[in-house]
Amino acid sequence: MSNKLPQEKKLQIGVLAVQGAFIEHEHILESLGADVFEIRQLRDLNRPIDGLVLPGGESTVQGKLLRDLGLFEPLKNRIQEGLPVLATCAGAILLAEKIAGETKTHFATLPATVRRNAYGRQLGSFFTENEVTHIGKVPQTFIRAPYFESVGNDVEVLSRTATTNKHSNKNPNATTDESNNTTTKQIVAVKYKNQIALSFHPELNNDTSIHQYFLKLIS
Amino acid sequence: MSDQNRYELNKNLAQMLKGGVIMDVTTPEQAKIAEAAGAAAVMALERIPADIRSAGGVSRMSDPKMIKGIQDAVSIPVMAKCRIGHFAEAQILQAIEIDYIDESEVLSPADDVFHINKRDFEVPFVCGAKDLGEALRRIEEGASMIRTKGEPGTGDIVQAVRHMRLMNQEIARISSLREDELFNRAKELLVSYELVRYVHDHKKLPVVNFAAGGVATPADAALMMQLGAEGVFVGSGIFKSGNPAKRAAAIVQAVTNYTDAKLIAKLSEDLGEAMVGINEQEIALLMAERGK
Repeated sequence: MSNKLPQEKKLQIGVLAVQGAFIEHEHILESLGADVFEIRQLRDLNRPIDGLVLPGGESTVQGKLLRDLGLFEPLKNRIQEGLPVLATCAGAILLAEKIAGETKTHFATLPATVRRNAYGRQLGSFFTENEVTHIGKVPQTFIRAPYFESVGNDVEVLSRTATTNKHSNKNPNATTDESNNTTTKQIVAVKYKNQIALSFHPELNNDTSIHQYFLKLIS
Repeated sequence: MSDQNRYELNKNLAQMLKGGVIMDVTTPEQAKIAEAAGAAAVMALERIPADIRSAGGVSRMSDPKMIKGIQDAVSIPVMAKCRIGHFAEAQILQAIEIDYIDESEVLSPADDVFHINKRDFEVPFVCGAKDLGEALRRIEEGASMIRTKGEPGTGDIVQAVRHMRLMNQEIARISSLREDELFNRAKELLVSYELVRYVHDHKKLPVVNFAAGGVATPADAALMMQLGAEGVFVGSGIFKSGNPAKRAAAIVQAVTNYTDAKLIAKLSEDLGEAMVGINEQEIALLMAERGK
């Protein structure tokens, strides 16, 4: 059975392509039958768009380029007007209303506080598999990843995950449950209205279920 | 965590750096300028290649304290160089939790035969290559990212262009070989059949490939991106120039919109003096010839 969407409903998905792992998202979305285009400058927004992907990369770089290239306000307005967004890692940082320990924010359209490099440096990066609400068990790759320290009342938490890596920073505020020796789980996937934000990278594995879910929500 | 998982995660970090510019910095202040200008990562080193070249003598891994100062100054990944084959230097860099180790020909080689067995490490390695054989041998040893060698510290792009073109030609040639010819090609390149097979099937390296060595202007960066680089290292080109912050930001934008000549024309205006540079024929020491 094909995972592709019917031809007549070909969705137009714009992928922010100023820096980072955007091609990986494009390949998955194309394999699912979407029409994908790259957003590198303002003129790329002069076409219909059904959904937006904010990929992984470095959020400081992407945030600066969004502003230098005049993309910041137009994209922020579209997100506030309800354009569906799938944001991974750096993308989730772009969406967050607050960034822990920093004064600078970017789109700030997602009522949540995100902590950058929350598991530490590259030695703290890890891979695991875990449940995501509405979707099921998915592979989760965390690369110098952030997590959500807190989320607003209307934000749905889709996944909580504990790190599998001994090098990862442990949350300084977390209390370990000594009785059953479980490690504290962090919020790593959330949904708020038109925005889905993940601190891991679904585009790095062969599993397409998260992108399928995103496309289904749009159509 | 399995070694295979770790290697995948290390290749993944290089994927996140794609479309970005990695800048050489020697102080926390320079690191902050680089980060503010849009660097995707910084390379912490005591002396930039141009100064290593003019100072001469043996060039080694930087003082860990200096590297830690830069780690504390920025939130983006921090890389550092060790000498070719100097696995003890690499162990030290791993101990201070560096994000990427560059086993680099810019420093004086510590071993003229053996490169570091990078599979022994948990932190990722990037290595220079001037042709496909070198690239695949480094990958076989455990490198999770490749860059062209170029000729560091010269501000002359000719060697980086040569290395990128050569690698692309060799990849194209392997892709066109019959399957039964791949075994012999592996033998010629001194690498495993599996790696040659991967290049044949995917028409690319199994890891991310950046341009490095001699990039000094937004146009240089655009040239390398159009030749197929997935991102750019800029060493001496930024902090040896008249206006580092402006030049750095211009190169970052040129890498994002590398085919938009109109935009790059605008970015190239009023950047102040570029690094002076030395032509290929004037160089006394060819760093690219270190480590094969």
